[in-house]
Amino acid sequence: MELANLSVLLVWGAATALAVALVAFAVDLSRLSGAKVDARDAARDRAKVAVGAGAPVDEPVSPYGPDAGATAPGPVNRKLAGIGMSVTWLAVMLLFVAIVLRGVAAGRTPWANMYEFALVGTFVAVAVFVGVNTRRDVRFLGAFVAGLGVLFLVLAQTRFFVEAMGVQPALQKYWLVIHVGVAIAATGIFTVAFVTSVLQLLRDGRDNGSVLLGSRRWGWLDHTPAPSALESLSFRLNSVAFVLWTFTLIGGAIWAEDAWGRYWGWDPKEVWSFIVWVVYAAYLHARTTRGWSGTRAAWFVVAGYACVLFNFTGVNLIFNGKHSYSGL
Amino acid sequence: MAGRTSREGTYVPEGIADEFTQGEPAQGAPSSDERSGDKQQKPDRPSAPALGLVGTLRWMWRQLTSMRVALMLLMLLAVAAVPGSVLPQRNQDAAGVIEYLADHPTAGEWLDKAGFFDVYSSVWFSAIYILLFVSLVGCILPRSAAHYRALRGRPPRVPSRFNRFPAKASATTDASPEQVADAVAARLRGKISWLPTFRVDRGEEAARGKRPASATVSAERGYLRETGNLVFHLALVGLLVSVATGQLLHYRGQAIVTEGRGFANAVVDYDTFEKGSWFRPESLVPFSMTLDRFESEFASDTVAFAQARDFTAHVTVTEPSGEQRPEQIKVNHPIVVDGAKVYLQGNGFAPDITVRDAEGEVAFAGRVTFIPQDTMYTSRGVVKVPDVSPGLDQIGFVGYFLPTAEVEADGSARSAFPQPVDPLLVLEVYTGDLGLDDGSPQNVYELDTASLTPALDENGDRVKVLARPGETVELPDGLGTLTLGDELPRYVALDLRHDPSLTFVLVFALLALGGLTVSLFTPRRRVWARAYAGQDGATVVEIAGLARGDDAGLQAEVDRALAAVPGEVQQPEAADAPAETSVVTPDSVVEPVETRSEKD
Ligand code: HEM
Repeated sequence: MELANLSVLLVWGAATALAVALVAFAVDLSRLSGAKVDARDAARDRAKVAVGAGAPVDEPVSPYGPDAGATAPGPVNRKLAGIGMSVTWLAVMLLFVAIVLRGVAAGRTPWANMYEFALVGTFVAVAVFVGVNTRRDVRFLGAFVAGLGVLFLVLAQTRFFVEAMGVQPALQKYWLVIHVGVAIAATGIFTVAFVTSVLQLLRDGRDNGSVLLGSRRWGWLDHTPAPSALESLSFRLNSVAFVLWTFTLIGGAIWAEDAWGRYWGWDPKEVWSFIVWVVYAAYLHARTTRGWSGTRAAWFVVAGYACVLFNFTGVNLIFNGKHSYSGL
Repeated sequence: MAGRTSREGTYVPEGIADEFTQGEPAQGAPSSDERSGDKQQKPDRPSAPALGLVGTLRWMWRQLTSMRVALMLLMLLAVAAVPGSVLPQRNQDAAGVIEYLADHPTAGEWLDKAGFFDVYSSVWFSAIYILLFVSLVGCILPRSAAHYRALRGRPPRVPSRFNRFPAKASATTDASPEQVADAVAARLRGKISWLPTFRVDRGEEAARGKRPASATVSAERGYLRETGNLVFHLALVGLLVSVATGQLLHYRGQAIVTEGRGFANAVVDYDTFEKGSWFRPESLVPFSMTLDRFESEFASDTVAFAQARDFTAHVTVTEPSGEQRPEQIKVNHPIVVDGAKVYLQGNGFAPDITVRDAEGEVAFAGRVTFIPQDTMYTSRGVVKVPDVSPGLDQIGFVGYFLPTAEVEADGSARSAFPQPVDPLLVLEVYTGDLGLDDGSPQNVYELDTASLTPALDENGDRVKVLARPGETVELPDGLGTLTLGDELPRYVALDLRHDPSLTFVLVFALLALGGLTVSLFTPRRRVWARAYAGQDGATVVEIAGLARGDDAGLQAEVDRALAAVPGEVQQPEAADAPAETSVVTPDSVVEPVETRSEKD
């Protein structure tokens, strides 16, 4: 029992850390937008000069927008983004320990109900964010990932919470680890990809002279990577998540064959998992369809992610099917 | 034919934007419409046909197999799947449908007519996915044929200018152009000769303009990407066919079996039986099965009080040959007998009940299945006693079996734990004509009390007969006695299913997964190299790369090829501009499309 309580405390700790990170990232973005000098132009000028002078090829100009390069001495102090990153790392670690303790307290894999799913899903999303950030600078995603993370954790703690305990016979199988684990991983990655696509849409709107997005308040958008770079980042994340989701469906069907006596029965959870799959398949087709790639394809990511969220919340709470394991 | 076949023989479905197969780097390229000149391919302007019947049909087919229509159909499929999760569906929740129809008589009737209670077998849902699959086949088969040809083709010829490619590198060396080209070709082929990374052509090129004759390399990798894509789509078709075949051949039967008893695998022995239209009764292998013992376990701690933990049915299977073997069936662990799977779907109590009529004759003796109504196994059951001595009224009982009885002050009772700690049988008694004699089928779990008279006490309340195991109790109004057996046999609800398509369904699903993974993560790249004698006598090496879609590893691939250049290598300073300035403009890259014709 103590372990379970400690786990709950740690989740609050992680939520707090993410809230701090959210503030740090947000202030960082607003500073960027307030910066007098358009850093992008400045950097571009630098790049031109560098080329003209025959500078070495590895001039630190990242394809994701020059000012996104950590080493580029930009005119804006990004210390707050650094703080945001550190606090996000802290949140990842707190959440990790919280999940492990929860598993120990319940004596099983810590992802068998909605509360636990939300914890682990948030963990994956934030971990994917910090993970990707070690390879390329994606700190501009920070405010949004941290924001969603806080939202999910607070919802989990206040709305989805159930005591740590064992599970009913239908769940006692290694497929719980595989099927649900992979589903959570996919959800976490879809989350980061969604944030990326939303930024792509915003940035695209601003670049194309949207009145709403053209105002100074959205100036920070100029410091995000170009829409095409955002689109390709989102695509890469989405393709990983889509393969994982495909596996979730297949694994779920194999498990259902054993647990429920049929591999597919159009139970509400199955229906919505299928819808998610079809929408993301449509996204992949849209990307390669003339007239549908780019911005339009990004809307599919938004629709797909809405379905992911509904599959997780709406289907658990509204419908009543075989898949009623929310514990609520 | 729908779509078009490019000069390389790659089939491209209508409406697909694919710079790679058209040899055109992605960024900044205008829609390929401008060049194709085929007005019909414009996404926003499908021109109306004025071509007569054949022309119209061809036009429709071309539309159906186009990428845009596939996209629309996919979206439609997603939307059409929604109502099935919102409205109750007959095959899962028949009672829910009846309730809905009662609550919404008008709307319900319309929805019913439109198939909204059987969404996934409705005409419209089927139409969408059948069209989608027709589209898929129409799109994939020509692509497969083109890919088969492409697999035997050669990499595209070296383009004349490299400066506009997204990835490039150059160097000078003292090795000869031939040595350089050979080394680069070897590096691109990779170490495993029978499994080359790139398909490579070593060539020579005549002098052109200021450039002297050169040794060239053209290489392409990632044919597997298209292979994966085709495998994926074809596997989806296989999946659909397997599922449909399974629907036609399958059977499923439910049987309720109590401890110590058994059943045989024959249509008549099942309580309910459902089959596909191609099912033949001969396909039932006549094995039989006896339930030896049933065990259940429940949590008793406070957090998860009474939550189910484990169910095990110990059975003995008798094969048609007479051979016997013990087996265990658990939730999640069906057993397989002669190709049929047997599942443990439910369980409960089937107490032994004996009823003697007013004349002391045994009018009923047997096990009665009580169906659990809640997690504590408060179980409801019905006893029908038609075989009373001549001249007496038939008797009917309806009531509850409570494994751990908790009787409230007001006389109501429920169970407080699923295990038989303090078992109690609580029955109301009815007399009259049970209506069994006219031969019409009746639900054994329901007692039609409309035409029966309840037994009442002096206050006018219904009499409740209470019995504990081993007890014999008097029935009211001198109707006789009821005895509850000492032992409380358990029953299990077994679900037996045979679906010969399962293996195929699994294989196609995994093929789809594999194909998808390969197609999404295999980089498709082309690399070209040219080496020639420069003005100062040193050999100049130029390498360029082109990838399908966005490919972060392309420059590294080109750099690796450059690293293979032998001799004293010097890389020119500022050979490369930063990524941003190397963006390709469309006009400059039309050239790479030029490929060898299939003949040479
Ligand atoms: C059941 C319906 C379909 C599903 C679920 C489906 C699913 C998918 C998925 C998941 C991908 C991404 C994998 C990849 O990029 O290689 C894909 C790609 C593709 N699909 Fe489909 N598809 C369907 C029908 C069709 C149809 C009808 C067409 C033809 C009109 C088509 C043509 C393509 C093409 C050309 C690609 C490759 C895109 C690229 O170049 O990357 N698909 N499909």
